[in-house]
Amino acid sequence: MYTAEREMTENVLRISNVNTRKCMKCGKCSGACPAFDKMDIHPHQFVSMVEKGDIEGLMNSKTLWSCLSCFACVERCPRNVEPAKLIEAVRLSVIRKQGENRLKADDIPVLLDDELPQQAIVSAFRKFSK
Amino acid sequence: MIFSYYPGCTLKTKAKELDEYARKSAKVLGITLEELPDWQCCGAVYPLAQDEIATRLSSVRALVSAKDVDRDLVTLCSACHHVIKRVNHDMETNEDIRTKVNNYLELDEDYRGETNVVHYLELLRDVIGFDELRKKVINPLKGKKIGAYYGCLLLRPSKTMEFDNPENPTIMEDFIRAIGGDPVIYPYRNECCGGYIALNKKELTQERCNSIVASAIEKDADMLITACPLCMYNLDINSTEQKLPVYYFTELLAEALGVK
Repeated sequence: MYTAEREMTENVLRISNVNTRKCMKCGKCSGACPAFDKMDIHPHQFVSMVEKGDIEGLMNSKTLWSCLSCFACVERCPRNVEPAKLIEAVRLSVIRKQGENRLKADDIPVLLDDELPQQAIVSAFRKFSK
Repeated sequence: MIFSYYPGCTLKTKAKELDEYARKSAKVLGITLEELPDWQCCGAVYPLAQDEIATRLSSVRALVSAKDVDRDLVTLCSACHHVIKRVNHDMETNEDIRTKVNNYLELDEDYRGETNVVHYLELLRDVIGFDELRKKVINPLKGKKIGAYYGCLLLRPSKTMEFDNPENPTIMEDFIRAIGGDPVIYPYRNECCGGYIALNKKELTQERCNSIVASAIEKDADMLITACPLCMYNLDINSTEQKLPVYYFTELLAEALGVK
């Protein structure tokens, strides 16, 4: 693994505190994921790619912006790998960079309707912006 | 009995009924909910990153505030409950996070996760008891077929939330029975509504909500109940094929107790 790749991988493992080696690739996380169809890299593949150090590939994936943080993958993993924490760590690796926010305050007004709860806006900001 | 109470932002704005009916019902049940002074927004999502301290502080401040008056902390919104309970778990079990948070807050005494975080439904089940609740019902919701929508945040991850069996929960069905209704068990009751993705991938939320509502209708539900303002919004607005009325569980509770 090249140095830059290694650094990125170590950063993701540090932020998430996940041990990818526990994964036995049973695919239960992907089977449980309600956003499976919207992901180009599915949760079990995501874990493998972190283990291989392909963080750059993950940083460009649709998966980051499709995860619902529903914790079905976390709950159902028989090895307690917690794939959602890896997705969060890679998403943060993207949005913690300057100019990489995926949701801006100016984007909000057109998304509003009379019923939209504050909770939706706050949580989307937390997930897609820094 | 007096409990500290954390309402959260949405209960002060779009989900006022969730809060109002909870307070009215608590009074009838002999529970005083004392709102925490100066509480702050919990952030709505639990910070999964292990290196984030700032996003945990508002929860810790609420937990410390309850500890200072030596009371359990009652939550109502599923998201607030999820965030505060998990941050409390971090403060109890994660030395790195605990040390950094305490160093930052400089409290008189370090906070170590001492506060007991109780969801309003847990209050009904574990403190009042569903049998006692049943005795106080004056207007039972007879013949109403009610589907409990649990969603994600109350149940998962079950190791930390310790709310109910994450795959086959019963607390909301027991609640429905206690207020005189007929619970409808349907497969999608603990499946995600899409949550915040409603803002950037509406079609995914719509698919989720259509599946949930269709699943409840197939089992003959007349209505759904929830504890979460965002689930309420999604199930109501983002179900595009079939519709079911969606209520906060506290509204039905207040109705049954005759204080609506």
